[in-house]
Parts: sequence; structure tokens; C-alpha cells
Amino acid sequence: MARATEAVPGAGEEALGEGGSQSPLRMALRRLLKKRIALIAIVYILIFYAAGATAPLLDGSGAIPGYTEQDLEEALAGPSLSHPFGTDRLGRDQLSRVIWAAQTTVIITVVVMVSGGLVLTVSMGLLSGYVGGWVDSLIMRVGDVFISLPGLLMLILINASLGDQVESLARDIENGVAIAPLGISLFTIKIGGLVRSGAPDYFLIAAALTLFSWVGGARVIRSQILALRETEFILAARALGASTPRILFRHLLPNVSNIIIVSLSLSLAGIAGSEIVLSWFGVGVQPPHPSFGALIFDASSVRTVNEHAYLLAFPGLIVAALFFAFNLLGDALTDVFTPRAR
Amino acid sequence: MEGTFSYLIRRLLWVPPILLVVSFSTFAIARFGPGDPIRIAGGQFRDEEAFERARVAYGLDKPLFEQYVIYVENVLTKGDFGESFRYQGRSVREIIMPAIWRSLQYNSVALVITLSFGIPLGIFAARRQGTWADPASISSFLLIQSIPAIVAVPFLLLFLAVRLPDLNLPDFFLFNPLESFLHSLALPASGWPRDCNVRLPLVGESYECLGVVSKEAIIPIIALSLPGIAVWGRYTRAFTLGVLREDYVRTARSKGISERQVMTQHVLRNALLPLSTIVAFAMVGLLEGSFFIETLTGVPGVGRLTFEAVLGRDYDMIMAVALIGATTIIMANIIIDIMYTFIDPRIRYGSRN
Repeated sequence: MARATEAVPGAGEEALGEGGSQSPLRMALRRLLKKRIALIAIVYILIFYAAGATAPLLDGSGAIPGYTEQDLEEALAGPSLSHPFGTDRLGRDQLSRVIWAAQTTVIITVVVMVSGGLVLTVSMGLLSGYVGGWVDSLIMRVGDVFISLPGLLMLILINASLGDQVESLARDIENGVAIAPLGISLFTIKIGGLVRSGAPDYFLIAAALTLFSWVGGARVIRSQILALRETEFILAARALGASTPRILFRHLLPNVSNIIIVSLSLSLAGIAGSEIVLSWFGVGVQPPHPSFGALIFDASSVRTVNEHAYLLAFPGLIVAALFFAFNLLGDALTDVFTPRAR
Repeated sequence: MEGTFSYLIRRLLWVPPILLVVSFSTFAIARFGPGDPIRIAGGQFRDEEAFERARVAYGLDKPLFEQYVIYVENVLTKGDFGESFRYQGRSVREIIMPAIWRSLQYNSVALVITLSFGIPLGIFAARRQGTWADPASISSFLLIQSIPAIVAVPFLLLFLAVRLPDLNLPDFFLFNPLESFLHSLALPASGWPRDCNVRLPLVGESYECLGVVSKEAIIPIIALSLPGIAVWGRYTRAFTLGVLREDYVRTARSKGISERQVMTQHVLRNALLPLSTIVAFAMVGLLEGSFFIETLTGVPGVGRLTFEAVLGRDYDMIMAVALIGATTIIMANIIIDIMYTFIDPRIRYGSRN
């Protein structure tokens, strides 16, 4: 995000030739802040992300019980002052589990947004649009394959198949892996607590989602780059001897940043939803680490809902509100960044 | 149109190689994973020798690539998609075809319902652009769309199948008509009729009934159709707004035609045509929804079949589902692109740029 926001002011001067004092980004931001619904959505998303990101701090400070802390006498208790969201079948505080589940969502959405939404999508779009030729054909054909795959089924298969492998790799790293090319031991990687932290699950889910999230955005960026490539200011930059990276990052990237922001915001609900669905299926984040998918799955049998509806209602409501906020934000950003739609 | 035709041929030529890549990656990923279908199918039964014999019988002892070549050969030459491990002794094709037919019943009805609510919603919102009714109407359906099916279905089951039949209203009269009316609205928790065989009197053969026309189908269809309404509403709204801005609409209004005529004859005709291209996408989206909704409500369709196939490591079933899914998506995309040229003749394929 940082690069996009810094680069956008350049777009006004270079592409649109607007010499005014207001940069397009600032104008867009002002328009966004005028939308009351979008503001409410942003506030909710911020609270959700703040809660998720500070889960370890909240836990450490003792404000909420740990997510594995059991109080078996209080199992399946309804919402009360000490347990606002009630407790689950194992007597664990549901509020704490929801906050830790939010952390899972935060990690996955942020990682996939950066790795898939920004790095992979943008580089593929720029490469195939600007370089063209066989690079373009290759990227687009690979994209054809990815777009044809039934995404949900493939995500489940990949996670189900590779989960154990990734976890054993993480266990190796916990025990120390010597990096020794040609038999000369250079250094040893040893990171403790990897498996317990859920890192292997996060890694696999994020990698799989990244792999399946770039095609649409890359195609849109590519078509925009194809059009921009022939414009005067790019020809001028090339005539002045600008290097390809400079043309790509200083001239082309700022001009597609609005597309990037819009497609990122529209993909957020899908990314968060995919992780929830994977964990619901049992191939995503593994217990005891909470995820909304697992929380929903545990609470969704008709008998449980009948007797302990709060176990499903609270996580379900929070997730639904998050998706709603993502959708509203996406709509607002589309409105703000694509002036024709206004 | 000649350009379109050669474009179609070129697109179709790409289908077999894409399907090959798709099938091989699915094949490899499915088999790479943990879990042994023979063991899972064996259940309590533990006899290593029998497992080994089964493995040889199914060809699972051969190297991965050889297995793949045999699979492709069988599919191409005999149209044989293999045998299910879960339902032993039955071919994949024999199991998957009725499942697809059942899902198709539910999804088509759901699509019709979605369209008949979504399109009027979009038109309503577009005509009230700038007033509170526009964002309010779309947002309320967007809120419904935001509830994940895995949360919505348990609550639908709870309210419509569990709580409704046990509902007790305070007695105002000796006889409580409202209560018995509400009780009569209660729905079964299962999504598919229990006894679904129809015996034709003259032929004597028994057929499966149409699951959609039963009371059991209501909850799955509600769950399938509600989320899509917002999607269609938003598309319809955007297209309608686009047309409302056109010069010919202004001209029509300035001629003094009634607003009703402007809407039906000038606006809607032009706004709804491009919508038809999205139907193909909507079908694909519905199939993804089926995965959860069929599993949660117990509809024996292709969604639940996929769910069970993945859990049971039913390799050939997974392959068949992936191939059918991929073919559907590819064909939907080609149909959409071709439809664009008919709807908007300004779009020409063939000559690039």
C-alpha cells in the first residue's frame, strides 16, 4: 500500500497533466470520507484488525483469558459478564477465541494481500502488459489454467495434501536445519515454537490463496498497461532513455494504482472467506489455534445451535459484519477511484 | 462474424491442453496427499494383504505418471472415468450423473428466484439514485449476502425445521389459528425427500422423483438463492444507470414518452441484454455454494459428492468433479466472450488491438 500511496501524486502530473494543488489520491480520499456508510465500514474493519493484531498483547495483559485456558465447571455457559460471548464445550472463553480467530483472519488477509494482491498480481500484470511477446503469452496461458480450475476444490485439495509436509518441514526448522550447500555448513536455521504458533498452516493457506488470487487483477492491469504503453508520456520517457524498471515503477505503476486499490479491496472478502471455509472443512488452521471456520464448524450442528445458539451467533455475526464492511468499502472505493461510475 | 468464428475455433483449440494441465495437476495433488483410499474404504477392516490386492486391482501400485496415462487413456477411448472407492463396484459416471442432475434442479430454481428478485431490485435502486432508498435497498441484500452459508444454513434449519413446529404462542382464544398456521409452515430438516422413487404404473420401472418440487427443497433453495440477489441487484443497477445516462434516453424523455415506456422500451432492453452474459458466471458461483449447502442440508447432489470424495480420498471421483468443473468454467467463459460480440457488435475478436 505504501508504494501505491506515495506514487499516486506522480500520476496527476505525468498522466493527467493536472497542475492543481490536489493530488488524485487526496481527492479520492476526501470523496471517500464524505461517504458515511464507507466510514462506518472502515471503522468496523479497523476495530476488527486492531483486535486481531493485539490478540497476543490482550492475552499477555490478562485482559482476556488464553484461548486454550479451560474452566470445565463453566463449560457451555451462556453469555455473562465474565464471559461476554459464553464458553465452548471445553470451557474456553469464546470472546478470547473470537479475538484469536480475528488474528488468523488478519494474518491471512494481510499476507495474501501483499504477496498475492500486490507482488504477484502487479508484477504479472506489468510484465505481461509491458514486456509482451512470449512472456505475455506464457503468463496469460498460465492464467487461463488457473482461472479454469475449480478454485475451492483445488484449495481444499492443496491444503489437505500438503498440510502434513509443510508441518514436518516446520518441525525440522524447529529442531534446526543446517544450510549446507556443497557440504560446507554455513549456518543453522532454528526457530522455536513454529508449529504451536500455527505458522505452517498460515504459510500453506496464504501460499495457496496467493496462487489462486492473481489472475483477475493481472488481466485488468495488463489491459490498462497495453493502452498506456502507446501513450506519449511513455514514448517520451523511453526516448529520454529511461530504463525499463524506471518506466515500469515511476510511470506505469502510478497510473494503475487506482485499479490495484480497487481490486485489492474487492478481493478482501474472498481471501478472508477462503481461509474460513478451509478451516471449516478442517484443512485450514489446525486446532487448538482458533479460526472462524473452526468456531463455526464446532457450533453448527443443529443440536448445538438449538441449545447453544450463542456459540454460532457471535462468531457468525462478527464474520458477516466483516464481509459486509469489506463489500461496502469495495463499493465505495470503486465509486471513488473510477470517476465514470459516479 | 468471421472474426468471431475463427476466434471461437482458436479458443476451442486451447481447451484440450488446458484440460490436460488441469487434470494432471489435480491427479498429482490428490495422490500426493496423506490418507489411503483403500484404508479409508476398508473402515474397521485391517488386512494388509487384502489392501495390497485391492491396490493392485485399482492400479495404485504403479508409478504416478503411468497411472495418469492409464486414466487419460480410459477417459478418452472408453469414456470411462474410473470406479469409485467409496461406493465400491460402482463407476464414477453412474454416481456422478444423477448427482449433477439433482444439483442442477436445485440450482436452476435458485437462479430463477435470484433473478426475479435481483433484477427488479437493481432497477428500483437505479431509478432512485441519489435518494436513501438506493443504498438502503441494495445494502440490505448485501447484508444477507455477507452472511456465510455455513452460518446461515444452521440458523435456517434451527428456525424453520426445529423451532417452528414447537412454537408456542400465548393463547388468546381457545383455538389458536395463528399457531397452527405457523406449525404448518415448518419444514423438514433434510434437504431431499426420504422416499424419492416414482414407479411408473405402465412401464413398471422406477425413477427418481423431482427433488425440487418437494417441501424438503425449500431450505436449500432459500440458502442458495438469497446471497445472489445482491449480486444481480448491483449489476442491474450499474447497467441501468449506464443506460439512463445515454443520449437516446434523454431524447426519448424529451419527446414526451411516458416514463413507463422509456423504462421498458429504451432502458431495460439495453440494460438487461449485457446481464445475460453473467448468467454463466452465476451458475458457477451457485455450484460453489452447493458444496456447503448440500453438505449441510443433506442434498445428495454434486456438491456433497465432492465433499465426501475429498474426505474419502476418492481419487477418480475427485478427478471427475475437477474435470467437469473446469470444463464448465472454460465453456462459460467462452460463451460469455462470444455473447459479447452479439450483444455489442462494436466488440470484435480476431484482430487484436
